[in-house]
Amino acid sequence: MKEIALHILDIMQNSVAAGAGRIGVSITADDEAGMITIVIDDNGCGMDEKMLQRVTDPFTTTRTTRRVGLGIPLLKSSCIMSGGSFGITSQEGCGTRVTAAFGKDHIDRPVLGDLAGVIADMSASFPEIDIRLELAYGEKRFSYSSADAGRILGEVPLSEPAVVKWLREYIDEGVKDIFGGVLNEIVG
Amino acid sequence: MKSLAELEEIRKKTLDEIKMRKNKEGIRVVVGMATCGIAAGARPVMNRFVEEIGKRNLSDVSVTMTGCIGVCKLEPIVEVIDADGTKVTYVKMTPEKASRVVTEHIVNGRVCQDLTIGAAEQAGK
Repeated sequence: MKEIALHILDIMQNSVAAGAGRIGVSITADDEAGMITIVIDDNGCGMDEKMLQRVTDPFTTTRTTRRVGLGIPLLKSSCIMSGGSFGITSQEGCGTRVTAAFGKDHIDRPVLGDLAGVIADMSASFPEIDIRLELAYGEKRFSYSSADAGRILGEVPLSEPAVVKWLREYIDEGVKDIFGGVLNEIVG
Repeated sequence: MKSLAELEEIRKKTLDEIKMRKNKEGIRVVVGMATCGIAAGARPVMNRFVEEIGKRNLSDVSVTMTGCIGVCKLEPIVEVIDADGTKVTYVKMTPEKASRVVTEHIVNGRVCQDLTIGAAEQAGK
């Protein structure tokens, strides 16, 4: 995966498969720790201790179409390569939380990428799920919830092309506002 | 700075259009977006569909994503589901091929036979 946004998209698909009604993505940049930390948490079906132990093993998957699952192992290796860390906790019946930390200024950290596109398209594809995004740097915050957007839109679907386009621009503005000049690939 | 309240404007603007559309079903474009699809480049393919459809103002065509379609070696995979429910599965997609599918299939109703899963399976034999 070339972008952090693609890793996020990939992990969010696991939440969809787990039947989540809410998927939260939070991204926090911290100068002092020199880290950018991504937390993806959902209220899906979760998993038991045994599965949790095995989930970073590429030869573990819940799919029936093939026997390997690479989403989580790829994210974990990407974190570790950039001097970060990876963790996952889960409770059966309550949900799962994936925490992925990257070295903010490490040369092997993937770029953030098209986060706005990912969040807008996820909102459009899964209108029954509340897709949330929280960005934080120091005192600065940006938050988004697809359920909030859906309430304003009423009978107009989140997948309406004009809506998707606007959501992309709106979230992109948030990303630039919070991370511009903070992540070296995003111009302030 | 944009605010979510601006969506209210979009709602008002598109509501009439949507009501008019209610009578006829639109075309659905579904892009496989699991680890296999993402790693094979499904995002740029999806983005191209959104761009091309937006450019032509095809408001009755929706572009969404789904999980693994099941044939990971042929990713990126895109399904085009017509108003009557007919499904065409395109495989090994690229942004260039996506542009072609929009002009030939979605706009003009001619399936790009050479890009379908059927053609890929024939070639593999």
